[in-house]
Amino acid sequence: MTNSILINNGRIIDPSQKMDSIGSLLIVNGRIAWVGDNNDKLPASDYGILDAKGLIICPGFIDMHCHLRQPGFEEKETISSGSRAAAKGGFTTICCMPNTNPPLDSQGMIDYIKVTATNEGATRVLPIGCISRARAGKELVEMGELAEAGVIGFSDDGEPVKSSRLMRQAMEYSLAFGLPIIEHCEDTLLSENGQMNEGIIATKLGLCGIPNAAEENIVSRDIALAELTGARLHVAHVSTRGSVELLRRAKEKDLNITAEVTPHHLTLTEDRVINYDTNAKVNPPLRTEKDVETLIAALKEGVIDIIVTDHAPHTDNDKLCEFALAPFGMSVFETAISSLLKLVHQKQIDIKLLISKLTAEPAKIIGNNFGKLGTLTVGETADITILNPDIEWVVDVNRFVSKGKNNPLNGEKFKGKVMATIHNGKFTYRDDSIKPRAKV
Amino acid sequence: MRTIQQEKRVSLDGKRGIPIDSVWQHKHILDLDDFTPAEIELVMQTTDAMHEILSRPIKKVPALRGKSLVTLFYEPSTRTRSSFDLAAKNLSADVINLAASTSSVLKGECLVDTLETLEALGTDIIIMRHPHSGSPYVAARHVKAHIINAGDGWHAHPTQALLDLYTIRQHKSKFKDLKVTIIGDIKHSRVARSNIWGLTKMGARVKLCCPFTLLPMGLDKSHGNFPDIEVEPNIDRALKGADVAMALRLQLERQQSGLLPSLREYTKMYQLTEEKLAHAKDDVIVLHPGPVNEDIEISSSVVHGPRSLINQQVKNGVAVRMALLYLLSGGTH
Amino acid sequence: MGKNIIMNAADIRRTLARISHEIIEHNKSTQHLILVGMRTRGVPLANRLAANIEGFEGVSVPVGALDISLYRDDLPSLELQPVVKSTDIPVNIDNKAVVLVDDVLYTGRSTRAAMDALIDLGRPHSIQLAVLVDRGHRELPIRADYVGKNMPSSRHEEIQVRLKESDGTDEVAIIPTPTKEEQP
Repeated sequence: MTNSILINNGRIIDPSQKMDSIGSLLIVNGRIAWVGDNNDKLPASDYGILDAKGLIICPGFIDMHCHLRQPGFEEKETISSGSRAAAKGGFTTICCMPNTNPPLDSQGMIDYIKVTATNEGATRVLPIGCISRARAGKELVEMGELAEAGVIGFSDDGEPVKSSRLMRQAMEYSLAFGLPIIEHCEDTLLSENGQMNEGIIATKLGLCGIPNAAEENIVSRDIALAELTGARLHVAHVSTRGSVELLRRAKEKDLNITAEVTPHHLTLTEDRVINYDTNAKVNPPLRTEKDVETLIAALKEGVIDIIVTDHAPHTDNDKLCEFALAPFGMSVFETAISSLLKLVHQKQIDIKLLISKLTAEPAKIIGNNFGKLGTLTVGETADITILNPDIEWVVDVNRFVSKGKNNPLNGEKFKGKVMATIHNGKFTYRDDSIKPRAKV
Repeated sequence: MRTIQQEKRVSLDGKRGIPIDSVWQHKHILDLDDFTPAEIELVMQTTDAMHEILSRPIKKVPALRGKSLVTLFYEPSTRTRSSFDLAAKNLSADVINLAASTSSVLKGECLVDTLETLEALGTDIIIMRHPHSGSPYVAARHVKAHIINAGDGWHAHPTQALLDLYTIRQHKSKFKDLKVTIIGDIKHSRVARSNIWGLTKMGARVKLCCPFTLLPMGLDKSHGNFPDIEVEPNIDRALKGADVAMALRLQLERQQSGLLPSLREYTKMYQLTEEKLAHAKDDVIVLHPGPVNEDIEISSSVVHGPRSLINQQVKNGVAVRMALLYLLSGGTH
Repeated sequence: MGKNIIMNAADIRRTLARISHEIIEHNKSTQHLILVGMRTRGVPLANRLAANIEGFEGVSVPVGALDISLYRDDLPSLELQPVVKSTDIPVNIDNKAVVLVDDVLYTGRSTRAAMDALIDLGRPHSIQLAVLVDRGHRELPIRADYVGKNMPSSRHEEIQVRLKESDGTDEVAIIPTPTKEEQP
């Protein structure tokens, strides 16, 4: 077999080209060589064939927000294990947050991530740099150098930038590089000691709550600062209906603001925490039915631009403890698309919209510094995800590729999953049932 | 001639040796939210029997002979711990008291490891107090021993609520429509939460009274996850027609953390005094889980007055805990 | 297979009358006597004996109720924990002649438990045992001082005592219970 493969006869969905049709796609030498519905017109003659009847062929997913834990917390995840888990989840590009140890606040650290990812990664790994040195919230990182080293944006994720003055300076300084400031919006005085969403469940469980206002306060501040400075602001993991309201108003003003939401905030509520399930402990916390409805509507409306995983793996021991002592975070890569397909099956969102939020939309935010991402355009790198939207399966965290088994959906039955992921023309994940055959 | 009455309260059939399992479904006692009214009633009746034992010159029966029991307290406690200790000893169980400090937890001594050690030692019942809500649930998931929650964070203190229920039952003919007013720091109170569950399950009507900074969120609407209760910030109105007034201990650090402008104002507005009690029914009874901050949340004249059942609560605590230990120790759950 | 009634209401009344006389006769005086019924059916039987004695002698004898659940020797291994009820003994039993009253005497283990329970309550002068039915099969060296009816039985049979106070009717029946082999 040569390094050419024909993905034959699937439903090709590529929102970047507004494409949704039954057809085939030819990959030659790691690039997309041909897309069409008449195989007689194929430009090559020697290729393997992957039969994609009943499957969806779409651009490889892009995750603009995940935690790969390397360096410093390799017991939770590594670039190798995390990117392989991502590939299993259909992702071909992932952007890792800088809250490692040491944090990604210098050119050397960015280089380290890129070299390690090139050598060991199963996906494209694009780092995000810190906003403040050591994420301490005191002084800015050398944004110019980090931009040069290849970050896609700046974030102190896990913590907000508490000082409004530093945030203003970060926005102003980042303007020169055209990169977004990605903010974890949390007023830490309001969320102090908080373990879960503030409300009746927290009251029942006797856990300290995190009010919606803790998020909205900082969303509001950052919007004002973005308006003041003209900088690019990207609001991380939006979780409340109030934030959606603020973002909607900001977008009406044509500010340079984008926002993201996670699969769990789109599909799960605070009820998951009953029984003190530490695997459902995330920050921002799982909210209420009302918030979930608003987030889905905001996604459709375009107020929220993209879906990210906020994949945050932890070891079993990290989570096997008192609820208040357990770290926040969920291992999301391997359930993300199945959770989201549930919304499609429930007819809450359209499959094309879903794919767009995982491909074309994040590609717009990242820009073209790293090649053209999130598209099936002929001539571009072959980053492709193949989905079976109807196959049923049951989550078993013990079969996760990720080192983090911390996922509250263990045992849950889902419809739809990733069957194969192709990055740079090579399979980075392939379900046992998918076997390319030689052309007869 | 004195005739022994047939037990009036027994709704179970009257055969000797009727199994408690027909009513009792608990392997652990974690909170009252999963108790049925029949189970609570069984606890009350069993407590009656234990109460009689406490009135004997020899307050010891052999029921729990050969059982080993550990009190694992991650928080300081005098009355709950000694109450359990005494209850277990009255039933002839072997008791080990372990005081684990929270600092050792922070040093990396993991709760699950400690529990597994206790399990390896062959402990039958673990009585656990912990500063973090939900910790007994972690324990119940990971060891075979029976777990009794002796207070976890802000969440639950089921044995306290049961002894409160028992004390109320000694003085009031029925729980149905009984008006109970709970006054004080509801937000941080595991006693309040467990009492709300227990009282409402038995049909009592619960009213909460506190400044809104000490009220937990989400009580204003009805929902399946928590009982429906009334909130009344004015203590005079809250006590109007009350059959039971329960004052909660005010942690003095609440003022420092800004939840109260001053202790003076709290005392003035929320202290349970004779004067405020005048709004309640004439035969109102007064409860307090202890330890009491006299003249802060409750005036000393009320504490030592005729309506106060605070000492009786302590005495009932031993009997209730004996009952619970007995109920838990049997059966093959 | 049906139940076989071995004592009816009249039999029970006559038997209790006889036992009452025996108790008076045996103890010479009723002055230091106390009747203690073992829960559940020993209690109404003790009440009836006390009423008889009052009728015959014009003296009121104190009656108590004893719950032995907490003293059972089979508690740790018992699959089904029994419901424990109050012990209620109105007078100090020190130096009293205590007559334990029970419906059926079988293995003797309940009586052993009852004696332990009584001794935790005080130091009686003597403990005597009155039962309505003695069905044999003793496992401990215990015998009754007053027996209503000796009823040799098989271990596969159940002796069912029903009393007006607890069951609405007075009768003693013998009911065959299927052995393991006979079970479907």
